[in-house]
Amino acid sequence: MSPVSFEYGLLLAAALFVLGLVGILVRRNLVFMLLCTEIMLNAAGFAFIVAGARWAQSDGQVMFIFLLAMAGAEVAVGLALILLMFSRGKALEVDSLASGGES
Amino acid sequence: MNTAFVIAGLVAIASTALVIVQRNAVHALLYLIVSLFALAVTMLFLGAAFVGALEIIVYAGAIMVLFIFVVMMIGAASSTLRPRAWIGPSVLGLVLLGEVLYVLTQRPGGLSLLNIVAIKPQEVGMALLGPYVVGTEIAAFLLLAGLVGAYHLARRPSDGGPRPAEEGRR
Repeated sequence: MSPVSFEYGLLLAAALFVLGLVGILVRRNLVFMLLCTEIMLNAAGFAFIVAGARWAQSDGQVMFIFLLAMAGAEVAVGLALILLMFSRGKALEVDSLASGGES
Repeated sequence: MNTAFVIAGLVAIASTALVIVQRNAVHALLYLIVSLFALAVTMLFLGAAFVGALEIIVYAGAIMVLFIFVVMMIGAASSTLRPRAWIGPSVLGLVLLGEVLYVLTQRPGGLSLLNIVAIKPQEVGMALLGPYVVGTEIAAFLLLAGLVGAYHLARRPSDGGPRPAEEGRR
């Protein structure tokens, strides 16, 4: 019974990562793209947890805590950039930003 | 017990799929919070209770609130908070809650699956400040850099001197 749940855990992590990747490719809004980055980071961290549980070691959880700190710093800077872009009166769509940023 | 794990995983996948198809950012954030809760429940089943709690506290509690602040600042329509928007996340959350209560009543000893050794928070703390102490310091530096960077980017130009990021301001 136990090996099956590890396989399911890794499958869950892969599915969440693919969902985040699809989201970042499909959505054109900067807020949604940052959200999908969070989904992908979370899926990678979950894979660490599954591996740590498989070998009954605490290293996976330590890596997840590092990922948590990284996600916090990344979200702070990313949201500050989004606010800066918004306060300059630009649209938050990457297509309009790619063409010189003049919306 | 495996069924409980699979149900929590399916809730996580369903709510994440609903995140990326939402038109409205506030609704997407609601579903993402449910997804984080589902992932925290699967971590509880995997014997990683400490990290599951951290996932709820830091991700759902701090990072998602930061997102909600910014989405509200850049203008969310007042119609986004209609009660109908809460139905989907509430149903998924109730599924998770019922599952956790069921497993708790079936196994009073703990939430982890049968063959899994639960890793205590003490072990994580000893590893974090033992062999991984350099990584902990680097994470602290990274957080400080994120703090300073976010402050610099979000500062109003009237606070002081000219800011390099504002050279091209119209």
